[in-house]
Amino acid sequence: MKKCLLASACGAVIAGLVATGPATAQDSILACLITKTDTNPFFVKMKEGAERTAIELGVELRSYAGRIDGDHESQVQAIESCIADNADGILITASDTSSIVSSVRQAREAGILVIALDTPLDPLDAADATFATDNFLAGELIGRWAAATLGAEAENARIAFLNLTPAQPTVDVLRNQGFMSGFGIDIGDPNVIGDEDDPRIVGHDVTNGNEEGGRTAMENLLQRDPMINVVHTINEPAAAGAYEALRAVGRENDVLIVSVDGGCPGVQNVIDGAIGATSQQYPLQMAALGIEAIAAFANDGTLPEPTEGKDFFDTGVQLVTDAPVDGVPSIDTAEGMDLCWG
Amino acid sequence: MSSTDNPTGNFESAAANGSAEVAQFDEPSRSFVKSVQYALHVHPALIPLIILVLSVAGFGLVLGQRFFSPFALTLILQQVAIVGIVAAAQTLVILTKGIDLSVGAIMVLSSVIMGQFTFRYGFPPEIAILCGFAVGGLCGLISGVLVAVVKLPPFIVTLGMWQIVLASNFLYSRNETIRAQDIEANAPILQFFGESIRFGGAVLTYGVIAMVLLVAVLSYLLNNTAWGRHVYAVGDDAEAAELAGVRVKRTLISVYVVGGLICALAGWVLIGRIGSVSPTAGQFTNIESITAVVIGGISLFGGRGSVMGALFGALIVGVFGLGLRLMGTDPQWTYLLIGVLIIGAVALDQWIRRVSA
Amino acid sequence: MSEKFVLQAKGLVKRFGRVVALDHADFELRAGEILAVIGDNGAGKSTLIKSLSGAMAPDEGEILLEGEKVHFSSPMAARNAGIETVYQNLALSPALSIADNMFMGREIRRPGLLGKAFRMLDKKAMDGVARRKLSELGLMTIQNIRQPVETLSGGQRQGVAVARAAAFGSRVVILDEPTAALGVKESRKVLDLILGLRAKGLPVVLISHNMPHVFEIADRIHIHRLGRRIALINPKDHSMSDAVAIMTGAMAPPQSQAA
Repeated sequence: MKKCLLASACGAVIAGLVATGPATAQDSILACLITKTDTNPFFVKMKEGAERTAIELGVELRSYAGRIDGDHESQVQAIESCIADNADGILITASDTSSIVSSVRQAREAGILVIALDTPLDPLDAADATFATDNFLAGELIGRWAAATLGAEAENARIAFLNLTPAQPTVDVLRNQGFMSGFGIDIGDPNVIGDEDDPRIVGHDVTNGNEEGGRTAMENLLQRDPMINVVHTINEPAAAGAYEALRAVGRENDVLIVSVDGGCPGVQNVIDGAIGATSQQYPLQMAALGIEAIAAFANDGTLPEPTEGKDFFDTGVQLVTDAPVDGVPSIDTAEGMDLCWG
Repeated sequence: MSSTDNPTGNFESAAANGSAEVAQFDEPSRSFVKSVQYALHVHPALIPLIILVLSVAGFGLVLGQRFFSPFALTLILQQVAIVGIVAAAQTLVILTKGIDLSVGAIMVLSSVIMGQFTFRYGFPPEIAILCGFAVGGLCGLISGVLVAVVKLPPFIVTLGMWQIVLASNFLYSRNETIRAQDIEANAPILQFFGESIRFGGAVLTYGVIAMVLLVAVLSYLLNNTAWGRHVYAVGDDAEAAELAGVRVKRTLISVYVVGGLICALAGWVLIGRIGSVSPTAGQFTNIESITAVVIGGISLFGGRGSVMGALFGALIVGVFGLGLRLMGTDPQWTYLLIGVLIIGAVALDQWIRRVSA
Repeated sequence: MSEKFVLQAKGLVKRFGRVVALDHADFELRAGEILAVIGDNGAGKSTLIKSLSGAMAPDEGEILLEGEKVHFSSPMAARNAGIETVYQNLALSPALSIADNMFMGREIRRPGLLGKAFRMLDKKAMDGVARRKLSELGLMTIQNIRQPVETLSGGQRQGVAVARAAAFGSRVVILDEPTAALGVKESRKVLDLILGLRAKGLPVVLISHNMPHVFEIADRIHIHRLGRRIALINPKDHSMSDAVAIMTGAMAPPQSQAA
């Protein structure tokens, strides 16, 4: 049954049914996609993946999004709409991973399959399943790459961390701590940014994940220590901003910037040398797998299984760089461009 | 001590002396407070200027060279250039007892127009920049007409325009970022305001210079031309201004149009600052500009304040931002302190206004 | 009948929906006189004044300024024709200075390039004129011409508004309730100001509820009732209680004076 469902022929049959008759709630599968925003290319790509798969599988898709990153209210409303709609499943990238839990519980009590996309809920098992990038691994890959690239000099590195927001959201903590762990820094409490005492850390600042924030944060940290030579950035727009700040003081060529995302402009920046390496994630994949899981659940109640050895379904992450180092698996920018989003 | 020394001493004369002293102290102090109130009334930018100087001195003492260097101080200027320019536009609108929530959105849309017209349609970048200005001015014109002619509340009009402009921005730009490298290679004039003049450690970007010039020009216009006086009069009491012979509608519309054009300028400066054209930039610019204006001593009730104050307000936020970060505090402290400054500034405004009562 | 009036209105009609605020109202102002306009609340006084000062366009009827038909599309148009109005709310901007207020809407620019290209105001000239006008009206207790209006007392503000009207009103000055918000002493000062205007030869229209003030300074009294002028009396021939009685409809208007 499950195999049949995934086959396009079967999907076409369902699509036909949906198209021909006034479908009742029972015969059409309804999925909701709730993203943080509908302006960030990452979520745009995610929506694209969900839409494509939904059409293939004959699933009806409703998309919702917050106005800005952190807009919790809209997401709660979206879940309520989905419950009212009798949806079969909800895919959500939560803005507030713990506050959303009560709404998610209501949805699950109403018999809806809730899958957290990209960002795990807090606690993680509040959702039926989590399809996400292993953000700790994403951070770890660029951390290892940076350490290996510096070689012996890693001992004397001066590292700046350009994080997301002051609230230290999970994704921020995971990437930050992952980088440290990969670079060989004792991370102390893995749930907290800033409790490390490694002298190589110059400091942390927040960027709101955009260019302007990246530039200002980089300027601030350079002011604390002009000799910074490694910069960890939460995402590629922040990295682009940091690069501008470094360029303004003529240091763009002797500082190593690493980032996470794998968006097309980001990969292009790796090609151009603005970013040394970036960990690429796959939002399209997340959403596609999510829709498939909802379809399977609606048809025979199958619950998605987490990746072996992890408590969530890992949708994969790969290091993109044109300067590969031994011991850190990576793909080159040509392949990265093929797989990039946004 | 002296009273115990001569127990027989004349308490009376001591008391008399004392009371005379108190009285003498009392009266000048009262008139001192009054004259401070009056001075602030005439020069509303005085308090933000004092806070700015004190905070620079304070952080300079605590942080030393890291903060109190030409480079760091000019860095603050660079960091506030965009907010400073937008705050100048916001000042104009707030002086007319309005508020413009759409400034950030207009800025970003203008920058996107400048970028996309160049890269999507192949316009010469100079023309694309003019188009960006035209769009900024047009957004202002729409708000201005709705406020002045249709007589809708500015808060509502610009709340609507904020959404409309931002949505247009995302729809039109398709969320595409134009990368710094591409701009540098094909249309460097878009990054014009990112260029800089250096002397010693100081770095003045053209964006900073643009901000300072803009504030100087607006200061002149507001204080030394009929238009400027009319802007104040309209904000002070629109009905009175109309009866006194001010063309209120024209003045209001002109303020919103000029505001839109200034936002477009901010959009151009933004490209210089972040290198790229990013439709997701400037999400908080409207709030930041209102913050700068309020801290700068410009009354939200219209008719009072100076554009210099807005510049000082923006700089205060910048000084606290950099200073606190250099001290290694949690960024939340910056927001907390700015919140305190905002409430303090508005309370002070209320006190100053009482000079008339 | 063929007497030439400075300002005259014939058969003004103004309707607001079904309410008739002006019902074929007439109005005549002679040269050099103080004409008081009195009437109960809602009698249509303010509508009449707004029509004369350009703040409102009447639906019917005509307005003649020195015998010529005029149409005022705005207060500015009336003002340009030499009719200055001091509104009850004074139309001053409290936060701006005395000089700024006096020249609001008709600022003087610097001569030459500064004025033409840079639109620079001639603050010196404006301050000078403002100071001169205020001293002409005996208002130089105000020391600082750049002082914000809101730091002035009620009477002083009224004085500034009257001074502004006197400075620019070449033909008619209209004053709407100039003493309503003032104390005895300040009222006295304003009444003196009005007499001063007449002494300069300017005709004044005074709208007021204050009968003692009206009877003290008016040459003639225009009584407005139910949207029209029902009487035009000489204060020397009638008592205050007569005027009030006519105004409220308790007494028939004297026929002989009406025209």
